[in-house]
Amino acid sequence: MASRSLADCTAWELRDLYARGEASPSEAVRAVLDRIDAVDPALHAYLYVDREAALLDAARWDGRAGRDDAPPLAGIPVALKDNICTRGWPTTAGSRMLEGFRPPYDATVTVRLREAGAVLLGKTNCDEFAMGSSTENSGFGPTHNPWDLARVPGGSSGGSAAAVAAGAATLALGSDTGGSIRQPGAHCGVVALKTTYGRVSRYGLIAFASSLDQIGPFARDVRDAALLLGVIAGHDPADSTSAPRPVPAYAGGLTGEVRGLRIGLVREFFGEGIAPGVADAVRAAAGVLAGLGATCDEVSLPHAAYAMPAYYIIAPAEASSNLARYAGVQYGHRTEHAEDLYTLYARTRREGFGAEVKRRIMLGTFALSSGYYDAYYLRAQRVRTLIRREFAAALERFDLLLGPVAPTTAFRIGEKAEDPLQMYLSDVYTIPVNLAGVPGISVPCGFAGGLPVGLQLIGRAFDEAAVFNAAFAYEQATPHHTARPPLAASPPSSWDSPRAGGSRA
Amino acid sequence: MIDDRTVAHVARLSRLELSDDERERFRAQLGSILEHFQSLLALDLAGEAPPGDLSPLAGNGRLDAHASEITNVLREDTVQPCLPLEDVLANAPASEDGCFVVPPVIEGE
Repeated sequence: MASRSLADCTAWELRDLYARGEASPSEAVRAVLDRIDAVDPALHAYLYVDREAALLDAARWDGRAGRDDAPPLAGIPVALKDNICTRGWPTTAGSRMLEGFRPPYDATVTVRLREAGAVLLGKTNCDEFAMGSSTENSGFGPTHNPWDLARVPGGSSGGSAAAVAAGAATLALGSDTGGSIRQPGAHCGVVALKTTYGRVSRYGLIAFASSLDQIGPFARDVRDAALLLGVIAGHDPADSTSAPRPVPAYAGGLTGEVRGLRIGLVREFFGEGIAPGVADAVRAAAGVLAGLGATCDEVSLPHAAYAMPAYYIIAPAEASSNLARYAGVQYGHRTEHAEDLYTLYARTRREGFGAEVKRRIMLGTFALSSGYYDAYYLRAQRVRTLIRREFAAALERFDLLLGPVAPTTAFRIGEKAEDPLQMYLSDVYTIPVNLAGVPGISVPCGFAGGLPVGLQLIGRAFDEAAVFNAAFAYEQATPHHTARPPLAASPPSSWDSPRAGGSRA
Repeated sequence: MIDDRTVAHVARLSRLELSDDERERFRAQLGSILEHFQSLLALDLAGEAPPGDLSPLAGNGRLDAHASEITNVLREDTVQPCLPLEDVLANAPASEDGCFVVPPVIEGE
C-alpha cells in the first residue's frame, strides 16, 4: 500500500488510510491533482479543474475525515461530468453554446456530494449535450483513451471514465441516456452504473432526453460505485420523476454470494456484429459466475434489435424539445448578427451547436412533425412498451440478465466520426436497457487486443443491490478491475510508484 | 424520402439556420438513418399501446408502471424561495431593468 500513489487508491482505501491517520485528504487530493497535471495534457479528460478550491475543501477534512462520525465521502476526490450543474463553476455540457455559463445553483447530486464531504475536483469532458458515443462531439476537443491515446474513451461520459481509469479522479459521476455511462466505462476498464429511471434526481442535469436520462457512478471497483450511489440516490422534491423509495445500504449489502442466482444470457447480444474477443471475454465471465454457483441459461429478447431505431426517434424527439431553450436569450451564446427574433434564434443555434446536436434536433423535429408523428414517434413509443414488457418477462424468469456492454472495444479517434449510423450502432446493447428503464452495470471482464472489455449485468427495476452484488462476486473472483492503464502505471519519478503492472491479458 | 424541401421545412421548425453544405449533408445522413429505421415501420404492432404519457417534455416523461410507478406529483401551493434575479440574469447575453433583452417581436411602427 505504501508504495502506491494515493491517486490509485479506491475511496474505501482512502477512508481506511484517513481512519488510521496514515494519509490526509489534503495529501490524497494533492496526489490526484498532480496526476491530473501529469496525464491530462494527453487525455483531455477535464474541461475545468479548480485546484485551489479542491485543496481548500480537502484541508477542511484533514483530521476529521477519519472520525467515526465523518460523512461517507469525507475528503474523497470526485469529478463531475460537465452536464451536471455546479454553482459558480463553468457548466457547458461540452457545448460552445454554453461557453462561459456558470449556473446559479447546484444540481441535487452536487448538493448531496458536498453534504457527504466529497472534494469536488472539476468538470469532465463529454459529447455535446451528452449526444455521442466517443466524446469526439465535444465542442472543446476529444478525450483520449488512457489505454491507447489514439482511441476514443467511449461516450458521452468519456471524460469521467478516462479520469477514473487514469487515477485523475477517485470517483466520478456521468449520465446515461442510451449507454453514456456503461459504454465509456467498458472502453476505459472501470465500473460504471446506469441506475433505474427515477433512482437518482435529475434536477440540475442539463436535459437531453428526459424520459431516459439518469445520473450514475464511475469507480475503480464495485464497492466504490456502491458507496457513491448510496450518496446520490433517493427521492428529491425538485424532480417529480425521482422515486419516493428508500435507498438500501448498497455497499453494506455486498456479500459476494451468488449461489442459486438465475442469470439469463441475452441471445441477441451475442449475434452479428460482436467482435469475437469481446464475446469470448463476456462468455468467460458468465462461466466465472456459474463457477461461483449461479445458474446461467440463454434468454431471448426478440425485439431488442428494434431498440436502436426506436431510441433514435424518441431521444432526438425529446432533445429537439429540451434544446429549444438554447436560443440566445436566457444564457449562453448569442449571435451578433440578428435584426429580428427568428434570425436571433436560428443563427444563434447555427453558431452554437455542433453537427451531431443539429442532426439530432433535425431528426427529432422530423419525427414529431405533422404527417410523420404517427409513423415514427408513436410507433417508436409502442416499440418501447414492447421492449419494456420483454425485459419484465425475462427478469421474472431470471434474477439478472447478462451480455456485453458494447460490440467492440474502443475504436480509433476519427474512425466513425463521419458515419453517424455506425456511431449509433456502438450502443446496441445498452440502449434497450434505457428504454426498459432498468439498471445496468459495466464491470471490467478482461481484454481483447490489449483493450478493456465490459461485462453488462442488468437487473430488475430498483434492484441495483442485486446488480452490485453479482458484479462484486465476479470482481472478487477475477483480477481484471485491478489492471491500470499504462498512462497511470508509468508515472514520472516524482510519484510514488503504483503497484506494478496489473494483469493485462 | 427526405428531399430538400423537407430539410428546409424541418430546419425552420427547428429554428436552425443551415449552410448549403449542412443542408446537403443532413439530407443524405437523415435519409440513410431513416432508411435504416424502416424495420420499425414493418413491425406488426397491432395491439401494442404506447406508454401512458407520451409527452416528450422535460419532467413529464412518466411512462408505464414497471420502472416508474409515480403518476401525478402534487405539492402544497406555498411560496418557496427562488433564485435572486441578479443571479439569474448574470448569464444573460443582454438584460435591462431585470428583463432579458431581445430584438423587436412585433413588427411595424
